[in-house]
Amino acid sequence: MLTPLEIEALQISLQVSGTALLIILVPGIAMAWLLARHEFVGKSLLDGIVHLPLVLPPVVVGYLLLIVMGRRGLVGGWLFEHLGLSLPFTWQGAALAGGVMAFPLLVRAVRLSLEAVDPRLEAAARTLGASRLRVFFTITLPLAVPGLVTGAVLAFARALSEFGATITFASNIPGETRTLPLALYSLIQTPGMEDAAARLCVISVVVAMASLVASEWLARRTRRRMAGRDRGAP
Amino acid sequence: MLELCLQHRQGSFDVDVDITMPGSGVTALFGHSGSGKTTLLRMLAGLDRPDRGRVVLNERTFVDTERGIFISPHQRRLGVVFQEARLFPHYRVRSNLTYARRITRGEAFDRVVSLLGIESLLDRMPGALSGGEARRVAIGRALLAEPDMLLMDEPLTGLDGARKQELLDYILRLTREIDLPILLISHDPEELMAVAEQLVVLDQGHVVASDRLETLLSRGDMTPWLGGFEASSLLQARVISHDHHYHATRLTLDDGQRLTLPLLAQPKGSALRVRVRRRDVAIALSPQENSSVRNQLEAVIFSITPGAPGTLEVTLTLGRQQLSSRITLEAGEALGLKPGMTVIALIRSVSLAG
Repeated sequence: MLTPLEIEALQISLQVSGTALLIILVPGIAMAWLLARHEFVGKSLLDGIVHLPLVLPPVVVGYLLLIVMGRRGLVGGWLFEHLGLSLPFTWQGAALAGGVMAFPLLVRAVRLSLEAVDPRLEAAARTLGASRLRVFFTITLPLAVPGLVTGAVLAFARALSEFGATITFASNIPGETRTLPLALYSLIQTPGMEDAAARLCVISVVVAMASLVASEWLARRTRRRMAGRDRGAP
Repeated sequence: MLELCLQHRQGSFDVDVDITMPGSGVTALFGHSGSGKTTLLRMLAGLDRPDRGRVVLNERTFVDTERGIFISPHQRRLGVVFQEARLFPHYRVRSNLTYARRITRGEAFDRVVSLLGIESLLDRMPGALSGGEARRVAIGRALLAEPDMLLMDEPLTGLDGARKQELLDYILRLTREIDLPILLISHDPEELMAVAEQLVVLDQGHVVASDRLETLLSRGDMTPWLGGFEASSLLQARVISHDHHYHATRLTLDDGQRLTLPLLAQPKGSALRVRVRRRDVAIALSPQENSSVRNQLEAVIFSITPGAPGTLEVTLTLGRQQLSSRITLEAGEALGLKPGMTVIALIRSVSLAG
């Protein structure tokens, strides 16, 4: 059904996007919470920086990643020296690039749903003896789950489709960083591979659609449970 | 003992109160909307910080702005029942009830659950509850946190007549069966008549009066505050029987005297409060056999003070309870009424409080 090349690209894509999501999930929730529930000096600036990957050309992001995370970069140099870790031209690097590009989407979605959580419920929980931390994990976060799911799926899909930053920072290495879009790009560059390209295109559409459908299903399930129609454990 | 001494400014709204309330029984904070009731509750619960002041409950200082003390809301151990039930929509009723992780099972849990009649709701999600059910669960949730005081913000608002009466009955049972000081916020005189012992009347962030409910009710100058409730007395009574032929319920007062009311729904043996308006109490020197007034109580005159021109305010004692009467100066002199005299109070009309 699928050719080895397709399977390889699909595998790398899922692995890279999944890792990207894992990298940004906790920082993304923390950032969303900071922006949703706090007022501080420089909030607009921070908000702007978070959104930069959304508006910058992905190549610029990839270039900046090379400068910061490259072996001679500010952070990358330290990582290489102390941990022997080198990110450029590795699949982990591709995941980082995808994560950075997906970060604003995750933050936006989570922030919106955190802002929609009724602060009166949090106040009620406080009067019941719950610390701020417990309120966050038992009230705020669970109530923001529908938005969190949407945000996570959007971020995953964004990481799946990442091209510019990935090819700049992690390059297009078969079996390492050649994700679906990069594989598609390579096929388009090769004369006589139009059919294979079309197949990869279909696979990309199917994967993207599947993640969107999954997010919709999860969000609806959560809403239904809160409306009291589901009998499963809370 | 609860001490609330607060000064706070919110926009153009000023709160400046200095109230001391007993640390037991039911105290009501009463006032129209915008009088500052909810602001006081939020500061007591620690949800807002006052500009200046002190909040002390039974020697525990929650707030003292001078000494820089502010105890977090989760460390105050106050049960708060908000106007909207504020149940957590993602937890089942049972998990809502045990959220405070104080009483989560066993006899104490069962007692609260059965007191509030919510046994059958435990496995439901809050979204599937009616308004009255949700309020009951919210009360249970606050009680199961083992609070030092229960704060209730307009617990009956927004419920229809039948639900309101039902929840009021639960709250009444609560006040009798659980020894817990309660601070009730209300703008509804009927609610107060039914449950409050102590009353604080608030207006525009200031205290208008603070005293026992009976005392305030008998004060003529409180009439504008207590809405349509004219100066009246509250009497504690117990149902002894129902007479379906005469469509009447017989009650007994603590001194053994009988009162008859139009048929009530309360079961035999239940304790309740009745309200007697001051102008509905006439005074006679002897029992009136040829009268249509059936409620005649023997009472002793405690005091006689001049009221509005041409009237006398007479305070009577009935056992350990007090009853106010307003008669004309002319009648008072003709009967030769004096403190210490035993007279018959003729009660033309009496109604159930709340």
